[in-house]
Amino acid sequence: MLTGDTGMDRRRFLKLGASACAIPFASGKLSAKAYGMDPLANLAALAGNDRVLVVIRLDGGNDGLNMVLPLDQYANLAKARANIMIPENKAVKLTAATGLHPALSGLAKLYADGNLRIIQSVGYPNHNQSHFRSTDIWFSASDYNQVLTTGWLGRYLETIYPNYPDGYPSKDFPDPPAVQIGSSLFTLLQGSSVPMGMAVANATSIYSLVPSGYDTAPATPAGHELTFIRQMFTETQKYGESIKKAIGAAANKSGLYPATGNTLADQLKGVARLIAGGLQTKVYVVSLHGFDTHANQVLAADVTTGSHAALLTKLNDAIVAFQDDLRLLGLDNRVMGMTMSEFGRRILSNASLGTDHGTSAPLLVWGAGVSGGLLGNNPAIPDTVTVKDNIPMQYDYRSVYASILKDWLGVSAADLQTVLLKDFPALPIVGSPVLPRVSATMGAELEQNFPNPFRGATTVRYRVSTGMDRVRLRLFDMRGNMVRVVVDGFHAPGTYARTLEAGTLSPGTYFYQLEMGGRTLQRPMEVMR
Amino acid sequence: MDRRTMLAKASGSAAAADSAFAKYANAALPKRAAVAAGLEPYAGAWDKRHASHVLRRVLFGYSKADLDLALTLSPGACVDALLDAPAESLPPPISTDANDTGVAVGQTWTTAAYDGNFNGTRQRSLQNWWMALILGQKFSLREKMILFWHNHLATELDVVGDPRYAYLHQLLLRKNVMGNFKDLVRQITVDPAMLQYLNGDSNTNANPNENYGRELQELFTVGKGPEIAAGNYTNYTEEDVKAAARVLTGWRDVRDTPTAEFQEKKHDAKDKAFSAAYGNTVIAGRTGPDAGAAELDDLIAMIFAQAETARYFCRKLYRYFVYYAIDATVEANVIAPLADQLVKAGFEVKPVLATLFKSAHFHDAANMGCQIKTPVDVVAGTLRQLAIPLPDGSDPVKQYALMALMVGEAARMQQEIGNPPNVAGWSAYYQNPVFYEVWINSDTLPRRVQFTDKLASAKGYGYYTDKSFLSADVLALANATSKPGTVDALVSDLAAILYPITLTDVQIKYLKDVMLAGVPEYEWGVEWDDYAAAPTDPLKIKPVETRLRALFGAMMQMAEFQLC
Repeated sequence: MLTGDTGMDRRRFLKLGASACAIPFASGKLSAKAYGMDPLANLAALAGNDRVLVVIRLDGGNDGLNMVLPLDQYANLAKARANIMIPENKAVKLTAATGLHPALSGLAKLYADGNLRIIQSVGYPNHNQSHFRSTDIWFSASDYNQVLTTGWLGRYLETIYPNYPDGYPSKDFPDPPAVQIGSSLFTLLQGSSVPMGMAVANATSIYSLVPSGYDTAPATPAGHELTFIRQMFTETQKYGESIKKAIGAAANKSGLYPATGNTLADQLKGVARLIAGGLQTKVYVVSLHGFDTHANQVLAADVTTGSHAALLTKLNDAIVAFQDDLRLLGLDNRVMGMTMSEFGRRILSNASLGTDHGTSAPLLVWGAGVSGGLLGNNPAIPDTVTVKDNIPMQYDYRSVYASILKDWLGVSAADLQTVLLKDFPALPIVGSPVLPRVSATMGAELEQNFPNPFRGATTVRYRVSTGMDRVRLRLFDMRGNMVRVVVDGFHAPGTYARTLEAGTLSPGTYFYQLEMGGRTLQRPMEVMR
Repeated sequence: MDRRTMLAKASGSAAAADSAFAKYANAALPKRAAVAAGLEPYAGAWDKRHASHVLRRVLFGYSKADLDLALTLSPGACVDALLDAPAESLPPPISTDANDTGVAVGQTWTTAAYDGNFNGTRQRSLQNWWMALILGQKFSLREKMILFWHNHLATELDVVGDPRYAYLHQLLLRKNVMGNFKDLVRQITVDPAMLQYLNGDSNTNANPNENYGRELQELFTVGKGPEIAAGNYTNYTEEDVKAAARVLTGWRDVRDTPTAEFQEKKHDAKDKAFSAAYGNTVIAGRTGPDAGAAELDDLIAMIFAQAETARYFCRKLYRYFVYYAIDATVEANVIAPLADQLVKAGFEVKPVLATLFKSAHFHDAANMGCQIKTPVDVVAGTLRQLAIPLPDGSDPVKQYALMALMVGEAARMQQEIGNPPNVAGWSAYYQNPVFYEVWINSDTLPRRVQFTDKLASAKGYGYYTDKSFLSADVLALANATSKPGTVDALVSDLAAILYPITLTDVQIKYLKDVMLAGVPEYEWGVEWDDYAAAPTDPLKIKPVETRLRALFGAMMQMAEFQLC
């Protein structure tokens, strides 16, 4: 029964109309709603290209020696890990010297098709063997002795979404910069203020959008309010609307996804659906748990089985199904995937049929756009392996990042410096490097140089249409090294032309970059012999 | 300003504006099993759960020290300590605006001449001063009770105008915060701020203004009952509104002093006849300089003689401190006896509050966690609960800069201290059947989360040009738990502090997943021990700090965190 004083009449409630009503001006929900699902409707958020990166994290430290098998090192390896080593005749051979774990036959097919790049012995100097610390290093792209509070993909996404989250979602950027399938956001997505992404607990079910961890609310007054608040969370989750639309707008096409028991496949299935649904998100993060295989990573009765084999099976099946789906959806040219794990495992196995924390390990990059094949040599296994022996690094993990950022995502040389803080040599990972990003909202236009390719001299024309901005025109080589400052000064609006002498430039491809008002335009140019 | 005229121009409602709110908020009052426990003293266990419940409702957030103190006391002594706490020292609000030509930065404007050019900046200063008092609260009910009075006897800075009036009004509330309801209403009636706010200043014999006479009865005292006949609201009638207005003719505020004064020549000296709702009471018209005060005394006495006045007030207390739904059992076992006590105590509120907070009813499990945090609770309570150090008054410009941001945060979450939406206060305490749920909509909920996200982040909530940040010291907070190196104990200890209800295993697993982010659980203990052995080594700090920040962020993102 209600008592008499509760019947506050409408008049009392009216001022709410002016001040307390829920016009979601800050969350921007309305603006997100207002823009449709056409994936090509707006390319601003896609940063000038429609390419997407999918990162698979293998949690716990993946045993690289049990994944990419160094067959030419087997004599010594057999002395170090006889109790767990995959027999050579069970290996899926990629080359005479290198094979894959038998669970990875699907990846071997990708390899044969030129859609898998295996980079050997990826790590960093002074590799840390703590899960937490090494994960932080991989996520933040720091040196071993450096603490960074932002993630490498967070910094990358901030070059596209400056000042995030203020002002987002917006007309040009209606979707989350990154999506992680799961309940948390790894710090690799951490931006300078907040994570540059959204955790989607289950991309195939709308109700369980974040925050997850919901359980039945108690049948109490507290439970009643809890249920209400949870429902409001679900309804008002930032970007919830665009995610929901994307999920609703597309269906998976591959029949290869395992029905049960493969959480990675479930996650990638959601990613495929979100991409197909038109989400303009650049980065997706998924993960597979359980790689901390200190014990029983193989079964004694059959070393091709066991927990590590089960994990590799999931990885194989998930990637195979995902690639099949992308192909059927017509998206395979837009998506590249990579694995990462905080470390590899010790060369020497332990007595529990397992392996302890190690250092470098192979890293996989796959997709229709990769330059396939093996990169680097099999790790050299010493004749006598002690518990202290680890696999020396061949490639810094940040070189992999740099290559993908630059060649796949089209990050400019200047931005690459911001993202990775240092220069790392790029590796031949991407088969079809994209041109660096060209901003659509510039106040200046940069024309292709003429003639091009050229010997001797060429002319670069550009237009300045706003203000008295500082204008810089600089020339960079393919590795992002600045080789010449062509213009540096303040320009009134107008069209300008500058002659550029080849001079001492070696033949090859260069980028000339116009910077104005903190933004950049770039074009390639070719110097001929 | 005639508030009714202004209100009549508005249209729409909160519910209509937010489809999600309309979809999920109460369509009817929720049913709950009758709570048998009444006002008899709570005699059960005095543990963290019960002590936290008291502190959550009586303070804006509580610290570990508060909880430790509460647990050293008996339940009764704890409540007494919260109610008997001495008044805080109260230096007046100061100017921090270099543009205010009337007052130097660091000096108070409360004694300076009125200057309409600086109303806004001085009003903001008053809000900042108030927020500093809220954030600096001791083991005391006072600040939560001040906000109760502000909600119950609402005024709006924007309407009152003169910030000195608003300051005097604050002092009046603060002086009477634990005092006498009847006396306070008597004083509020001729308080300069209220005279401005509800047009008492323009209520004269020639042109009576009914605004205050109506709200006094409808909102401040006896309350509006069902309309049983045209213009008859059970507890008073439209004629009573007119009669009360006539009683109150002749009062006005005086800007120079600033005070209120009675002008006999503008007072209606005729008798005022009230309806049968008041037993046909006639307040005799008076003449002379004391006529206004004498008739006001009669009016207050008449209204407070109504049984419904004490009940109406006790329902307001109940909705503010306990729960919004008042069923027949609560009415009979809690409201009625509490109202009886209030009347017997001559309208002293402290004994009534003591009875309520010590009662078995208040401590019943059904009444735990069933409030939704107010915006002020989210802002001030979270800062206090996370023990985030705040600037003191030694640099008032910096201190007020932070307070202004906190006032603004709460305001954007739809609770601006000093400016309630209207004379009825915040609708969370009266809007049937949604009540507390009105705090949560698709705009305010992300704001709440964004605020706590910033506090949990390493970068923190930036607030001043000297690059000051508010950021939870997650290492210290973890260190204060029983076994920080054990994930289960850590999560469970923090959950007990941050939530008023118990988490299920599924939720605990979720939080552990967030914290560990895929790293094996045993590793946390290793990392924590490494950190504990070298607590100043950044390379040891970072791994545990990162996990803890993720954990705190996720914990404050959970819906449970919004419960009080």
